[in-house]
Amino acid sequence: MSEGTFKKYGKRTLVYVFLILMSIISVFPLYWCFISSCNTTAEILGGKMLPGSHLIENLTNLFSQQDVLSAFKNSVINTVLVLVLSLAICSVAGYGFEIFHDKGKDIVMGIIMMSMMVPFVAILVPLFQMFTKMGFVNKYIGYILPSLSTPFLIMLFRNNARTFPKEVLEAARMDGLSEMGIFVRMFVPMMRPTFAAAATITFMNTWNAYLWPKVVLQTPASITMPMLVANLLSGYVVDYGVVMAGVTICTLPTVIVFFILQKSFTEAVAGAVK
Amino acid sequence: MRQSSGRKLTMHKKQQLIGWFFLIPATALIFWLSFYPMIRALMISFQGGRPTALQWSDPLTRNYQFLMKDTVFKTSLKNTFTYLIIQVPIMLVLAMIFATLLNDHQLKFKGVFRTCIFLPCATALVAYSLIFRTMFAYDGMINSVLMKIGILNEPINWLNNPGTAKAVIIIALIWRWTGYNMIFYLSSMQSIDYAIYEAARIDGAGAATQLFKITIPLLKPIILVTAIMSTNGTLQLFDESVNLTKGGPANATITMSHYIYNTMFQNNPNFGYAAAMSFVILILVAVLSAIQMKVGDKRE
Repeated sequence: MSEGTFKKYGKRTLVYVFLILMSIISVFPLYWCFISSCNTTAEILGGKMLPGSHLIENLTNLFSQQDVLSAFKNSVINTVLVLVLSLAICSVAGYGFEIFHDKGKDIVMGIIMMSMMVPFVAILVPLFQMFTKMGFVNKYIGYILPSLSTPFLIMLFRNNARTFPKEVLEAARMDGLSEMGIFVRMFVPMMRPTFAAAATITFMNTWNAYLWPKVVLQTPASITMPMLVANLLSGYVVDYGVVMAGVTICTLPTVIVFFILQKSFTEAVAGAVK
Repeated sequence: MRQSSGRKLTMHKKQQLIGWFFLIPATALIFWLSFYPMIRALMISFQGGRPTALQWSDPLTRNYQFLMKDTVFKTSLKNTFTYLIIQVPIMLVLAMIFATLLNDHQLKFKGVFRTCIFLPCATALVAYSLIFRTMFAYDGMINSVLMKIGILNEPINWLNNPGTAKAVIIIALIWRWTGYNMIFYLSSMQSIDYAIYEAARIDGAGAATQLFKITIPLLKPIILVTAIMSTNGTLQLFDESVNLTKGGPANATITMSHYIYNTMFQNNPNFGYAAAMSFVILILVAVLSAIQMKVGDKRE
Protein backbone atom coordinates (compact mmCIF):
# COMPACT_ATOMS: atom_id res chain seq x y z
CA MET A 1 0.00 0.00 0.00
CA SER A 2 1.51 3.31 -0.98
CA GLU A 3 1.69 6.18 1.43
CA GLY A 4 -0.94 8.06 -0.59
CA THR A 5 -3.63 5.42 -0.27
CA PHE A 6 -2.85 4.98 3.40
CA LYS A 7 -3.26 8.72 3.92
CA LYS A 8 -6.52 8.67 1.99
CA TYR A 9 -8.00 5.71 3.87
CA GLY A 10 -6.70 6.96 7.21
CA LYS A 11 -8.40 10.27 6.71
CA ARG A 12 -11.61 8.57 5.62
CA THR A 13 -11.65 6.39 8.73
CA LEU A 14 -11.05 9.44 10.89
CA VAL A 15 -14.07 11.18 9.32
CA TYR A 16 -16.27 8.17 10.03
CA VAL A 17 -15.04 7.86 13.62
CA PHE A 18 -15.68 11.58 14.18
CA LEU A 19 -19.18 11.46 12.67
CA ILE A 20 -20.12 8.30 14.59
CA LEU A 21 -18.91 9.88 17.82
CA MET A 22 -20.86 13.08 17.16
CA SER A 23 -23.98 11.09 16.22
CA ILE A 24 -23.77 9.18 19.51
CA ILE A 25 -23.37 12.42 21.48
CA SER A 26 -26.36 13.90 19.62
CA VAL A 27 -28.64 10.96 20.26
CA PHE A 28 -27.44 9.99 23.73
CA PRO A 29 -29.33 12.51 25.95
CA LEU A 30 -32.65 11.57 24.35
CA TYR A 31 -31.88 7.86 24.50
CA TRP A 32 -30.91 8.25 28.13
CA CYS A 33 -34.09 10.18 28.90
CA PHE A 34 -36.28 7.48 27.32
CA ILE A 35 -34.58 4.58 29.11
CA SER A 36 -34.47 6.52 32.38
CA SER A 37 -38.25 6.76 32.35
CA CYS A 38 -38.11 2.99 32.96
CA ASN A 39 -35.67 3.24 35.89
CA THR A 40 -35.72 4.28 39.54
CA THR A 41 -34.09 7.47 40.82
CA ALA A 42 -31.17 5.50 42.27
CA GLU A 43 -30.56 3.73 38.97
CA ILE A 44 -30.79 6.97 36.99
CA LEU A 45 -28.33 8.80 39.21
CA GLY A 46 -26.04 5.78 39.35
CA GLY A 47 -25.61 5.81 35.59
CA LYS A 48 -27.66 2.82 34.42
CA MET A 49 -27.58 2.78 30.63
CA LEU A 50 -30.28 0.21 29.85
CA PRO A 51 -34.05 0.35 30.35
CA GLY A 52 -35.39 -1.25 33.54
CA SER A 53 -38.82 -2.41 34.57
CA HIS A 54 -40.12 0.65 36.44
CA LEU A 55 -41.95 2.41 33.63
CA ILE A 56 -45.44 1.61 34.93
CA GLU A 57 -44.47 2.68 38.44
CA ASN A 58 -43.05 6.01 37.19
CA LEU A 59 -46.11 6.66 35.03
CA THR A 60 -48.47 5.86 37.90
CA ASN A 61 -46.62 8.28 40.17
CA LEU A 62 -46.55 10.93 37.46
CA PHE A 63 -50.29 10.70 36.77
CA SER A 64 -51.10 10.78 40.48
CA GLN A 65 -48.94 13.88 41.06
CA GLN A 66 -49.93 15.91 38.02
CA ASP A 67 -52.94 16.30 35.77
CA VAL A 68 -51.08 15.01 32.72
CA LEU A 69 -54.23 14.40 30.68
CA SER A 70 -55.39 17.99 31.04
CA ALA A 71 -51.97 19.41 30.11
CA PHE A 72 -51.65 17.05 27.16
CA LYS A 73 -55.14 17.97 26.00
CA ASN A 74 -54.31 21.68 26.28
CA SER A 75 -51.12 21.18 24.29
CA VAL A 76 -52.98 19.30 21.57
CA ILE A 77 -55.79 21.87 21.31
CA ASN A 78 -53.40 24.84 21.30
CA THR A 79 -51.16 23.22 18.71
CA VAL A 80 -53.99 22.19 16.39
CA LEU A 81 -55.56 25.66 16.57
CA VAL A 82 -52.26 27.39 15.81
CA LEU A 83 -51.49 24.94 13.00
CA VAL A 84 -54.79 25.39 11.19
CA LEU A 85 -55.14 29.14 11.68
CA SER A 86 -51.54 30.22 11.16
CA LEU A 87 -51.15 28.11 8.04
CA ALA A 88 -54.35 29.59 6.62
CA ILE A 89 -53.49 33.19 7.47
CA CYS A 90 -49.82 33.06 6.47
CA SER A 91 -50.24 31.05 3.28
CA VAL A 92 -52.89 33.47 2.01
CA ALA A 93 -50.63 36.39 2.88
CA GLY A 94 -47.47 34.87 1.41
CA TYR A 95 -49.37 34.09 -1.78
CA GLY A 96 -50.80 37.59 -1.88
CA PHE A 97 -47.43 39.26 -1.41
CA GLU A 98 -45.96 37.33 -4.34
CA ILE A 99 -48.81 37.01 -6.84
CA PHE A 100 -50.19 40.54 -6.53
CA HIS A 101 -46.93 42.21 -5.69
CA ASP A 102 -46.57 45.90 -6.45
CA LYS A 103 -44.69 48.75 -4.83
CA GLY A 104 -47.08 49.20 -1.94
CA LYS A 105 -47.20 45.52 -1.03
CA ASP A 106 -43.42 45.16 -1.28
CA ILE A 107 -43.05 47.97 1.25
CA VAL A 108 -45.50 46.27 3.62
CA MET A 109 -43.56 43.02 3.21
CA GLY A 110 -40.36 44.86 4.12
CA ILE A 111 -41.98 46.18 7.27
CA ILE A 112 -43.24 42.70 8.19
CA MET A 113 -39.73 41.32 7.75
CA MET A 114 -38.53 43.96 10.19
CA SER A 115 -40.81 42.51 12.84
CA MET A 116 -38.62 39.41 12.71
CA MET A 117 -35.99 41.50 14.47
CA VAL A 118 -38.31 42.32 17.37
CA PRO A 119 -37.32 39.97 20.20
CA PHE A 120 -40.45 38.45 21.72
CA VAL A 121 -39.33 39.30 25.24
CA ALA A 122 -39.28 42.98 24.24
CA ILE A 123 -43.06 43.01 23.82
CA LEU A 124 -43.84 40.68 26.70
CA VAL A 125 -45.01 43.35 29.17
CA PRO A 126 -47.43 45.24 26.88
CA LEU A 127 -48.71 42.02 25.36
CA PHE A 128 -49.53 40.62 28.79
CA GLN A 129 -51.22 43.91 29.74
CA MET A 130 -53.30 43.94 26.55
CA PHE A 131 -54.31 40.31 26.99
CA THR A 132 -55.25 40.87 30.63
CA LYS A 133 -57.45 43.78 29.63
CA MET A 134 -59.15 41.78 26.90
CA GLY A 135 -59.70 38.82 29.22
CA PHE A 136 -57.53 36.44 27.17
CA VAL A 137 -55.42 35.23 30.12
CA ASN A 138 -55.73 31.48 30.87
CA LYS A 139 -57.61 30.94 27.62
CA TYR A 140 -56.73 29.16 24.40
CA ILE A 141 -57.05 32.40 22.47
CA GLY A 142 -54.46 34.01 24.73
CA TYR A 143 -52.00 31.26 23.97
CA ILE A 144 -52.55 31.08 20.23
CA LEU A 145 -53.06 34.70 19.15
CA PRO A 146 -49.39 35.84 19.08
CA SER A 147 -48.40 32.80 16.98
CA LEU A 148 -51.02 33.14 14.26
CA SER A 149 -49.16 35.49 11.96
CA THR A 150 -45.41 35.02 11.82
CA PRO A 151 -43.03 36.71 9.39
CA PHE A 152 -41.19 33.39 9.05
CA LEU A 153 -44.22 31.56 7.63
CA ILE A 154 -45.24 34.47 5.44
CA MET A 155 -41.75 34.51 3.97
CA LEU A 156 -41.75 30.76 3.49
CA PHE A 157 -45.01 30.88 1.54
CA ARG A 158 -44.01 33.97 -0.43
CA ASN A 159 -40.73 32.40 -1.51
CA ASN A 160 -42.48 29.24 -2.60
CA ALA A 161 -45.26 31.11 -4.38
CA ARG A 162 -42.55 32.21 -6.82
CA THR A 163 -42.58 28.71 -8.26
CA PHE A 164 -46.34 28.85 -8.91
CA PRO A 165 -46.56 28.84 -12.74
CA LYS A 166 -47.90 32.04 -14.29
CA GLU A 167 -49.62 29.98 -17.00
CA VAL A 168 -51.73 28.16 -14.43
CA LEU A 169 -52.71 31.48 -12.93
CA GLU A 170 -53.64 33.01 -16.27
CA ALA A 171 -55.52 29.91 -17.41
CA ALA A 172 -57.51 29.79 -14.18
CA ARG A 173 -58.40 33.46 -14.54
CA MET A 174 -59.52 32.81 -18.13
CA ASP A 175 -61.74 30.04 -16.84
CA GLY A 176 -63.38 32.59 -14.59
CA LEU A 177 -62.12 31.28 -11.29
CA SER A 178 -62.10 33.91 -8.56
CA GLU A 179 -58.77 34.96 -7.06
CA MET A 180 -59.56 33.11 -3.84
CA GLY A 181 -60.74 30.14 -5.90
CA ILE A 182 -57.37 30.03 -7.65
CA PHE A 183 -55.63 30.01 -4.29
CA VAL A 184 -57.76 27.24 -2.85
CA ARG A 185 -58.10 25.01 -5.92
CA MET A 186 -54.78 25.54 -7.69
CA PHE A 187 -52.16 26.84 -5.27
CA VAL A 188 -52.95 24.77 -2.17
CA PRO A 189 -52.89 21.35 -3.88
CA MET A 190 -49.78 22.26 -5.83
CA MET A 191 -47.89 23.52 -2.80
CA ARG A 192 -48.50 20.52 -0.58
CA PRO A 193 -44.78 20.12 0.29
CA THR A 194 -44.60 23.75 1.40
CA PHE A 195 -47.64 23.30 3.59
CA ALA A 196 -46.09 20.16 5.09
CA ALA A 197 -42.88 22.05 5.78
CA ALA A 198 -44.74 24.96 7.38
CA ALA A 199 -46.88 22.58 9.43
CA THR A 200 -43.86 20.68 10.73
CA ILE A 201 -41.98 23.72 11.95
CA THR A 202 -45.12 25.31 13.37
CA PHE A 203 -45.96 22.11 15.22
CA MET A 204 -42.50 21.96 16.79
CA ASN A 205 -42.50 25.62 17.82
CA THR A 206 -46.02 25.58 19.23
CA TRP A 207 -45.75 22.30 21.09
CA ASN A 208 -42.45 23.35 22.66
CA ALA A 209 -43.31 26.98 23.50
CA TYR A 210 -42.61 27.94 27.08
CA LEU A 211 -42.06 31.64 27.83
CA TRP A 212 -45.37 32.98 26.50
CA PRO A 213 -47.48 30.12 27.91
CA LYS A 214 -45.78 30.60 31.27
CA VAL A 215 -46.83 34.25 31.17
CA VAL A 216 -50.36 33.93 29.82
CA LEU A 217 -51.47 30.58 31.30
CA GLN A 218 -51.45 30.91 35.04
CA THR A 219 -54.04 28.44 36.30
CA PRO A 220 -53.18 24.74 36.76
CA ALA A 221 -56.09 23.81 34.49
CA SER A 222 -54.70 25.79 31.54
CA ILE A 223 -51.04 24.73 31.53
CA THR A 224 -49.36 22.87 28.67
CA MET A 225 -47.01 19.87 28.66
CA PRO A 226 -43.68 21.75 28.80
CA MET A 227 -45.00 23.75 31.77
CA LEU A 228 -46.17 20.60 33.52
CA VAL A 229 -42.79 18.98 32.99
CA ALA A 230 -41.01 22.04 34.37
CA ASN A 231 -43.19 21.84 37.48
CA LEU A 232 -41.92 18.35 38.21
CA LEU A 233 -38.66 19.77 39.53
CA SER A 234 -40.25 22.16 41.99
CA GLY A 235 -40.53 19.77 44.98
CA TYR A 236 -37.83 19.26 47.58
CA VAL A 237 -37.40 15.58 46.88
CA VAL A 238 -37.18 14.98 43.16
CA ASP A 239 -38.18 11.59 41.75
CA TYR A 240 -36.05 11.53 38.60
CA GLY A 241 -37.88 8.50 37.24
CA VAL A 242 -41.08 10.56 37.26
CA VAL A 243 -39.30 13.58 35.75
CA MET A 244 -37.91 11.50 32.89
CA ALA A 245 -41.30 9.85 32.31
CA GLY A 246 -42.83 13.34 32.03
CA VAL A 247 -40.10 14.57 29.72
CA THR A 248 -40.57 11.47 27.57
CA ILE A 249 -44.33 12.05 27.21
CA CYS A 250 -43.67 15.69 26.33
CA THR A 251 -40.94 14.85 23.81
CA LEU A 252 -42.39 11.79 22.04
CA PRO A 253 -44.88 13.67 19.84
CA THR A 254 -42.21 15.98 18.43
CA VAL A 255 -39.70 13.18 18.00
CA ILE A 256 -42.27 11.07 16.14
CA VAL A 257 -43.19 14.00 13.90
CA PHE A 258 -39.48 14.61 13.38
CA PHE A 259 -38.92 11.10 12.08
CA ILE A 260 -42.00 11.05 9.87
CA LEU A 261 -41.60 14.54 8.44
CA GLN A 262 -37.87 15.08 8.67
CA LYS A 263 -37.70 16.00 5.01
CA SER A 264 -40.40 18.65 5.41
CA PHE A 265 -38.70 20.00 8.50
CA THR A 266 -35.43 20.32 6.61
CA GLU A 267 -37.22 22.09 3.78
CA ALA A 268 -38.89 24.50 6.19
CA VAL A 269 -35.63 25.40 7.85
CA ALA A 270 -33.92 25.98 4.54
CA GLY A 271 -36.91 27.18 2.53
CA ALA A 272 -37.53 30.47 4.23
CA VAL A 273 -34.08 31.80 3.45
CA LYS A 274 -33.98 30.77 -0.21
CA MET B 1 -58.31 47.88 -29.35
CA ARG B 2 -58.17 50.78 -27.03
CA GLN B 3 -61.12 49.60 -25.11
CA SER B 4 -59.71 46.11 -24.61
CA SER B 5 -56.37 47.38 -23.25
CA GLY B 6 -58.30 49.69 -20.97
CA ARG B 7 -60.31 46.77 -19.69
CA LYS B 8 -57.14 44.78 -19.13
CA LEU B 9 -55.72 47.63 -17.08
CA THR B 10 -58.73 47.85 -14.85
CA MET B 11 -58.71 44.09 -14.44
CA HIS B 12 -55.09 44.24 -13.37
CA LYS B 13 -55.95 47.05 -10.98
CA LYS B 14 -58.83 45.03 -9.63
CA GLN B 15 -56.55 42.09 -9.02
CA GLN B 16 -54.02 44.25 -7.23
CA LEU B 17 -56.84 45.58 -5.09
CA ILE B 18 -58.09 42.08 -4.26
CA GLY B 19 -54.48 41.26 -3.37
CA TRP B 20 -54.65 43.58 -0.40
CA PHE B 21 -57.40 41.46 1.12
CA PHE B 22 -55.05 38.49 1.06
CA LEU B 23 -52.54 40.41 3.16
CA ILE B 24 -54.79 42.22 5.59
CA PRO B 25 -55.32 39.50 8.25
CA ALA B 26 -51.63 38.62 8.58
CA THR B 27 -50.46 42.21 8.37
CA ALA B 28 -53.03 43.48 10.84
CA LEU B 29 -52.07 40.79 13.35
CA ILE B 30 -48.39 41.70 13.10
CA PHE B 31 -49.07 45.41 13.56
CA TRP B 32 -51.44 44.73 16.44
CA LEU B 33 -49.36 42.13 18.26
CA SER B 34 -45.81 43.12 17.38
CA PHE B 35 -45.34 46.76 16.37
CA TYR B 36 -47.99 48.32 18.57
CA PRO B 37 -46.72 46.50 21.71
CA MET B 38 -43.22 47.65 20.83
CA ILE B 39 -44.32 51.27 21.04
CA ARG B 40 -46.28 50.48 24.20
CA ALA B 41 -43.19 48.86 25.71
CA LEU B 42 -41.22 52.03 25.12
CA MET B 43 -43.94 54.05 26.88
CA ILE B 44 -44.25 51.62 29.79
CA SER B 45 -40.48 51.71 30.24
CA PHE B 46 -40.90 55.33 31.38
CA GLN B 47 -43.55 54.34 33.91
CA GLY B 48 -43.54 52.93 37.40
CA GLY B 49 -45.86 51.78 40.16
CA ARG B 50 -48.12 48.78 40.58
CA PRO B 51 -48.93 46.91 37.35
CA THR B 52 -52.59 47.87 37.68
CA ALA B 53 -51.87 51.55 38.28
CA LEU B 54 -48.89 52.56 36.18
CA GLN B 55 -47.82 56.18 36.36
CA TRP B 56 -45.19 58.23 34.59
CA SER B 57 -41.91 58.01 36.47
CA ASP B 58 -40.34 61.07 37.98
CA PRO B 59 -37.82 61.70 36.55
CA LEU B 60 -38.99 60.09 33.34
CA THR B 61 -35.80 58.05 32.86
CA ARG B 62 -35.88 56.60 36.35
CA ASN B 63 -36.08 52.97 35.22
CA TYR B 64 -33.15 53.46 32.89
CA GLN B 65 -31.11 55.16 35.62
CA PHE B 66 -31.85 52.25 37.91
CA LEU B 67 -30.54 49.84 35.24
CA MET B 68 -27.05 51.27 35.70
CA LYS B 69 -27.12 50.55 39.43
CA ASP B 70 -28.79 47.14 39.32
CA THR B 71 -26.14 44.48 39.92
CA VAL B 72 -28.49 41.62 38.98
CA PHE B 73 -29.21 43.26 35.65
CA LYS B 74 -25.50 43.75 35.04
CA THR B 75 -24.87 40.10 35.94
CA SER B 76 -27.64 38.94 33.60
CA LEU B 77 -26.20 41.11 30.81
CA LYS B 78 -22.73 39.70 31.41
CA ASN B 79 -24.03 36.12 31.51
CA THR B 80 -26.00 36.54 28.31
CA PHE B 81 -22.95 37.93 26.53
CA THR B 82 -20.76 35.13 27.89
CA TYR B 83 -23.15 32.60 26.33
CA LEU B 84 -23.24 34.60 23.12
CA ILE B 85 -19.48 35.01 22.71
CA ILE B 86 -18.53 31.44 23.59
CA GLN B 87 -21.46 29.39 22.33
CA VAL B 88 -22.40 30.97 19.00
CA PRO B 89 -18.94 30.76 17.34
CA ILE B 90 -18.30 27.18 18.54
CA MET B 91 -21.74 26.12 17.36
CA LEU B 92 -21.50 27.74 13.93
CA VAL B 93 -18.00 26.37 13.28
CA LEU B 94 -19.12 22.88 14.32
CA ALA B 95 -22.21 23.18 12.12
CA MET B 96 -20.02 24.18 9.19
CA ILE B 97 -17.68 21.21 9.80
CA PHE B 98 -20.60 18.76 9.97
CA ALA B 99 -22.18 20.20 6.83
CA THR B 100 -18.89 20.03 4.93
CA LEU B 101 -18.30 16.41 5.93
CA LEU B 102 -21.87 15.42 5.07
CA ASN B 103 -21.77 17.16 1.70
CA ASP B 104 -19.18 14.63 0.51
CA HIS B 105 -20.86 12.57 -2.19
CA GLN B 106 -18.72 9.52 -1.42
CA LEU B 107 -19.69 9.43 2.24
CA LYS B 108 -21.81 6.45 3.24
CA PHE B 109 -24.67 6.53 5.78
CA LYS B 110 -25.01 10.26 5.15
CA GLY B 111 -28.72 10.21 5.97
CA VAL B 112 -28.16 8.41 9.26
CA PHE B 113 -25.52 10.90 10.39
CA ARG B 114 -27.66 13.85 9.35
CA THR B 115 -30.70 12.51 11.17
CA CYS B 116 -28.72 11.86 14.37
CA ILE B 117 -27.09 15.29 14.44
CA PHE B 118 -30.36 17.04 13.57
CA LEU B 119 -32.41 15.07 16.13
CA PRO B 120 -31.77 17.32 19.18
CA CYS B 121 -33.89 19.96 17.42
CA ALA B 122 -36.97 17.84 18.04
CA THR B 123 -36.56 18.28 21.80
CA ALA B 124 -38.46 20.98 23.65
CA LEU B 125 -36.18 23.52 25.32
CA VAL B 126 -37.76 22.69 28.66
CA ALA B 127 -37.26 18.96 28.06
CA TYR B 128 -33.58 19.10 27.24
CA SER B 129 -32.98 21.54 30.09
CA LEU B 130 -34.40 18.96 32.49
CA ILE B 131 -32.43 16.13 30.88
CA PHE B 132 -29.17 18.05 31.26
CA ARG B 133 -30.08 19.10 34.79
CA THR B 134 -30.61 15.46 35.71
CA MET B 135 -27.42 14.30 34.00
CA PHE B 136 -25.28 16.96 35.69
CA ALA B 137 -26.84 16.72 39.16
CA TYR B 138 -24.34 16.51 42.04
CA ASP B 139 -25.19 12.86 42.68
CA GLY B 140 -26.11 12.41 39.03
CA MET B 141 -25.17 10.18 36.14
CA ILE B 142 -22.21 12.20 34.77
CA ASN B 143 -20.45 12.28 38.14
CA SER B 144 -21.23 8.61 38.81
CA VAL B 145 -19.83 7.50 35.47
CA LEU B 146 -16.75 9.73 35.67
CA MET B 147 -15.98 8.36 39.11
CA LYS B 148 -16.59 4.78 38.07
CA ILE B 149 -14.08 5.01 35.24
CA GLY B 150 -11.63 6.81 37.50
CA ILE B 151 -11.52 10.26 35.87
CA LEU B 152 -12.86 11.92 39.02
CA ASN B 153 -12.06 11.11 42.62
CA GLU B 154 -14.92 13.11 44.01
CA PRO B 155 -18.06 14.49 42.35
CA ILE B 156 -18.03 17.96 40.79
CA ASN B 157 -20.88 20.20 41.85
CA TRP B 158 -21.57 21.20 38.25
CA LEU B 159 -24.70 23.27 38.76
CA ASN B 160 -23.68 24.98 41.98
CA ASN B 161 -20.44 26.43 40.76
CA PRO B 162 -20.70 29.60 38.61
CA GLY B 163 -18.09 28.49 36.07
CA THR B 164 -19.24 24.91 35.55
CA ALA B 165 -22.91 25.90 35.63
CA LYS B 166 -22.31 28.30 32.73
CA ALA B 167 -20.31 25.58 30.96
CA VAL B 168 -23.21 23.13 31.29
CA ILE B 169 -25.61 25.69 29.78
CA ILE B 170 -23.20 26.30 26.90
CA ILE B 171 -22.74 22.56 26.28
CA ALA B 172 -26.51 22.08 26.35
CA LEU B 173 -27.05 24.94 23.89
CA ILE B 174 -24.43 23.61 21.49
CA TRP B 175 -26.01 20.17 21.72
CA ARG B 176 -29.48 21.51 20.95
CA TRP B 177 -28.72 23.95 18.12
CA THR B 178 -25.70 22.74 16.11
CA GLY B 179 -27.77 20.38 13.96
CA TYR B 180 -30.29 23.12 13.27
CA ASN B 181 -27.61 25.39 11.85
CA MET B 182 -26.01 22.49 10.01
CA ILE B 183 -29.25 22.01 8.06
CA PHE B 184 -29.06 25.61 6.81
CA TYR B 185 -25.48 25.13 5.63
CA LEU B 186 -26.08 21.70 4.19
CA SER B 187 -29.07 22.70 2.11
CA SER B 188 -27.24 25.75 0.76
CA MET B 189 -24.20 23.64 -0.04
CA GLN B 190 -26.40 21.29 -2.00
CA SER B 191 -27.35 24.15 -4.28
CA ILE B 192 -23.66 24.68 -5.12
CA ASP B 193 -22.72 22.74 -8.24
CA TYR B 194 -20.74 19.76 -6.97
CA ALA B 195 -18.57 19.87 -10.13
CA ILE B 196 -16.86 22.98 -8.69
CA TYR B 197 -15.54 20.87 -5.82
CA GLU B 198 -14.46 18.08 -8.14
CA ALA B 199 -12.63 20.56 -10.37
CA ALA B 200 -10.94 22.09 -7.34
CA ARG B 201 -9.83 18.65 -6.17
CA ILE B 202 -8.32 17.90 -9.57
CA ASP B 203 -6.44 21.19 -9.31
CA GLY B 204 -5.02 19.92 -6.03
CA ALA B 205 -7.09 22.03 -3.64
CA GLY B 206 -7.30 20.39 -0.19
CA ALA B 207 -10.36 20.25 2.04
CA ALA B 208 -9.39 23.47 3.84
CA THR B 209 -8.82 25.38 0.59
CA GLN B 210 -12.19 24.18 -0.72
CA LEU B 211 -13.87 25.29 2.47
CA PHE B 212 -12.34 28.75 2.60
CA LYS B 213 -12.20 29.48 -1.14
CA ILE B 214 -15.46 27.94 -2.34
CA THR B 215 -17.92 27.07 0.41
CA ILE B 216 -17.61 29.98 2.81
CA PRO B 217 -17.65 32.75 0.16
CA LEU B 218 -20.70 31.19 -1.51
CA LEU B 219 -22.46 30.58 1.80
CA LYS B 220 -21.84 34.05 3.16
CA PRO B 221 -25.48 35.15 3.07
CA ILE B 222 -26.63 32.06 4.92
CA ILE B 223 -23.81 32.33 7.47
CA LEU B 224 -25.00 35.86 8.09
CA VAL B 225 -28.57 34.65 8.59
CA THR B 226 -27.52 31.96 11.06
CA ALA B 227 -25.28 34.40 12.95
CA ILE B 228 -28.12 36.91 13.28
CA MET B 229 -30.63 34.23 14.27
CA SER B 230 -28.30 32.75 16.87
CA THR B 231 -27.49 36.16 18.31
CA ASN B 232 -31.17 37.02 18.46
CA GLY B 233 -31.96 33.70 20.12
CA THR B 234 -29.12 33.84 22.61
CA LEU B 235 -30.06 37.34 23.74
CA GLN B 236 -33.51 35.93 24.55
CA LEU B 237 -32.42 32.76 26.37
CA PHE B 238 -35.03 31.85 28.94
CA ASP B 239 -36.00 28.18 29.21
CA GLU B 240 -32.45 27.00 29.95
CA SER B 241 -31.80 29.57 32.64
CA VAL B 242 -35.14 28.87 34.31
CA ASN B 243 -35.08 25.08 34.16
CA LEU B 244 -31.46 23.97 33.92
CA THR B 245 -29.83 26.13 36.58
CA LYS B 246 -32.78 28.17 37.91
CA GLY B 247 -30.49 31.14 37.30
CA GLY B 248 -28.22 29.97 40.09
CA PRO B 249 -26.03 29.68 41.93
CA ALA B 250 -26.86 33.17 43.24
CA ASN B 251 -27.80 34.56 39.81
CA ALA B 252 -24.50 33.38 38.31
CA THR B 253 -26.26 31.98 35.23
CA ILE B 254 -29.40 34.11 35.06
CA THR B 255 -30.21 35.51 31.60
CA MET B 256 -31.81 38.85 30.77
CA SER B 257 -35.14 37.29 29.77
CA HIS B 258 -35.21 35.27 32.98
CA TYR B 259 -34.61 38.40 35.04
CA ILE B 260 -37.28 40.27 33.10
CA TYR B 261 -39.75 37.49 33.82
CA ASN B 262 -38.87 37.56 37.53
CA THR B 263 -39.30 41.33 37.56
CA MET B 264 -42.74 40.94 36.00
CA PHE B 265 -44.08 38.20 38.23
CA GLN B 266 -42.09 37.74 41.42
CA ASN B 267 -42.13 39.62 44.75
CA ASN B 268 -43.05 43.17 43.76
CA PRO B 269 -44.00 43.04 40.10
CA ASN B 270 -42.54 46.02 38.30
CA PHE B 271 -43.78 46.26 34.72
CA GLY B 272 -42.08 49.56 33.99
CA TYR B 273 -38.67 48.27 34.93
CA ALA B 274 -39.24 44.99 33.06
CA ALA B 275 -40.18 46.99 29.96
CA ALA B 276 -37.04 49.13 30.27
CA MET B 277 -34.86 46.01 30.42
CA SER B 278 -36.66 44.41 27.50
CA PHE B 279 -36.08 47.55 25.48
CA VAL B 280 -32.37 47.15 26.14
CA ILE B 281 -32.58 43.70 24.53
CA LEU B 282 -34.42 45.17 21.56
CA ILE B 283 -31.68 47.74 21.05
CA LEU B 284 -28.94 45.13 21.49
CA VAL B 285 -30.53 42.86 18.89
CA ALA B 286 -30.85 45.75 16.45
CA VAL B 287 -27.27 46.96 17.01
CA LEU B 288 -25.68 43.51 16.84
CA SER B 289 -27.66 42.59 13.71
CA ALA B 290 -26.60 45.85 12.07
CA ILE B 291 -22.94 45.20 12.94
CA GLN B 292 -23.15 41.65 11.59
CA MET B 293 -24.74 42.87 8.36
CA LYS B 294 -21.98 45.46 7.96
CA VAL B 295 -19.25 42.90 8.58
CA GLY B 296 -20.99 40.41 6.30
CA ASP B 297 -21.08 43.00 3.52
CA LYS B 298 -17.45 44.02 3.82
CA ARG B 299 -15.99 40.57 3.28
CA GLU B 300 -17.00 40.75 -0.37
